[in-house]
Amino acid sequence: MNRSEEYQIQIRGLDKSFGAHKVLRGVDLDIERGHINVVIGGSGQGKSVLMKHLMGLLKPDAGHIWVDGEDVVPMNDVQLNRLRRKFGMAFQYAALFDSLTVEQNVAFPLVEHTNKSKSEIHDLVLKRLDQLGMRNVEKKFPAELSGGMRKRVGLARALILEPEILLYDEPTTGLDPVATKNVDDMIRDISKETGVTSVVISHDMASTFRIADRISMLYEGKIAISATPDEFKKSTLPFVREFVEMSGTVTFEKHYEIGDEDTTTPGDS
Amino acid sequence: MADTPGGLMSGPDAADEEPRRRSAWGKLVDVNEQIWEVPTALVGHVGTHVTLFVESLRWMFKRPFRVGVLVEAMDYIGVQSLLIVSMIGLFVGMVFALQLTSALRQFGTEGFVGATLGIAVTRELSPVFTSIVVAARAGAGMATELGSMRITEQIDALATMAVNPVQYLVTPRVIAGTIMVPLLSLLFVAVAMLGGYGVAVWLEHVDPGVFVENARWIVETKDLVQGLVKSTVFGCALTVISCAQGFNASGGAKGVGIGTTRAVVGSFVTILVLDYFLTDIILVLQHK
Repeated sequence: MNRSEEYQIQIRGLDKSFGAHKVLRGVDLDIERGHINVVIGGSGQGKSVLMKHLMGLLKPDAGHIWVDGEDVVPMNDVQLNRLRRKFGMAFQYAALFDSLTVEQNVAFPLVEHTNKSKSEIHDLVLKRLDQLGMRNVEKKFPAELSGGMRKRVGLARALILEPEILLYDEPTTGLDPVATKNVDDMIRDISKETGVTSVVISHDMASTFRIADRISMLYEGKIAISATPDEFKKSTLPFVREFVEMSGTVTFEKHYEIGDEDTTTPGDS
Repeated sequence: MADTPGGLMSGPDAADEEPRRRSAWGKLVDVNEQIWEVPTALVGHVGTHVTLFVESLRWMFKRPFRVGVLVEAMDYIGVQSLLIVSMIGLFVGMVFALQLTSALRQFGTEGFVGATLGIAVTRELSPVFTSIVVAARAGAGMATELGSMRITEQIDALATMAVNPVQYLVTPRVIAGTIMVPLLSLLFVAVAMLGGYGVAVWLEHVDPGVFVENARWIVETKDLVQGLVKSTVFGCALTVISCAQGFNASGGAKGVGIGTTRAVVGSFVTILVLDYFLTDIILVLQHK
């Protein structure tokens, strides 16, 4: 597939099973370049599995993933390492190296992939931590930080090489409402300032509606709907409405039964 | 009465007999599966370890070469094991000398304590004891460390940062284990002989000259080489097993615990099994 200006990642017919359990059953998805693309879905629907496929951490049973026109699926380890330089990933629980300090964690990609001097690396790390509102934490170990701070350090590490694509795995899970809002603002600000393509895996609908440019819903192993937030709210698909309504961010004027073709317009709560 | 697909299997007796037959067949299938379960699992385990070993060899020759990480692994496996290996070596040498003097004295041949101890230590005791000590100390530590890195997604994080986890975590440890275990086993030989000399000469009053001369006369370089070859293979095997158990851990804290137990038990069993076959091969080669 040729490089598309509109879409940075294109997925077609992605299948993945673990034993007899089919997780992904023909996923088709386009990730818009420079926008915040949120993939939602219930627990166990395969959101994280889908995300791991984007960077080649898992090989699909069938299907293709093109990143800037390059097919990820047949790539060998060396080609995958080159591809992964385009990505940064913020993990659900930060996945910081617990034997390294905050500074060593954030500096890790720079030490591995650049020839910068120690002082240059030190300055870049402090600058990045400062941008994310973290001061005087560089000598601390991850175990000494709160959940929200660990997530920010993880984000700083993901951003340090200025990637083209940033993946967030459930960035607001386990955070209080204020910390959630802060993380949402951070994702928005980073997207605006750097123009990075963001892919966010989430089931937090309040957060999703705050940050998303496009929402895609993974349901029964397929992308059931991919739409702008406004279009998404107007969806008549029962499972979409159920998912959104149960999250408490949007209420519908009339209750429905699954399978009901009711087209009641939802309103913001 | 409706015809059954089998035709002949109609009638009340046949209807009763069919489920009984099926369950007998089912039991047979179950027994067959149970018989094959252990060898199939064993082949699977061996396959996992061999795959990781080959993968770590493949990444050994690719850039970047992380000298700092290798030195750190050598320090953890080797330098930090110096004290415990020395202590074990000292007491193994001492107790062996005590037993040998007591046994050989019955035949009036206690002068051969040094020679017998030398052969036992260089060929068997040093490689086996050193490897078991390293497996229990460093092997368990590596399995736990990599296991917790796996369940907290730190290994995935490495991959997302374009760093191959096998190259970063496994290769340096395998190299370090393969280099440091034979060096530690040399130390074991020295300390065990010293401990044996102390007990035999100072406590059991064996003539020091006879102890040393007999040892020098009987123990040859090839005995030392035999021990070094074994400890090199054991060092490599125990690090691969420990890393594989940590690297493939799953299921939270319990999974890490299971991985650590398997790393230690698997290393012990592998060391002793390999010891027999290596000894057999080396003895055949030496007598050719």
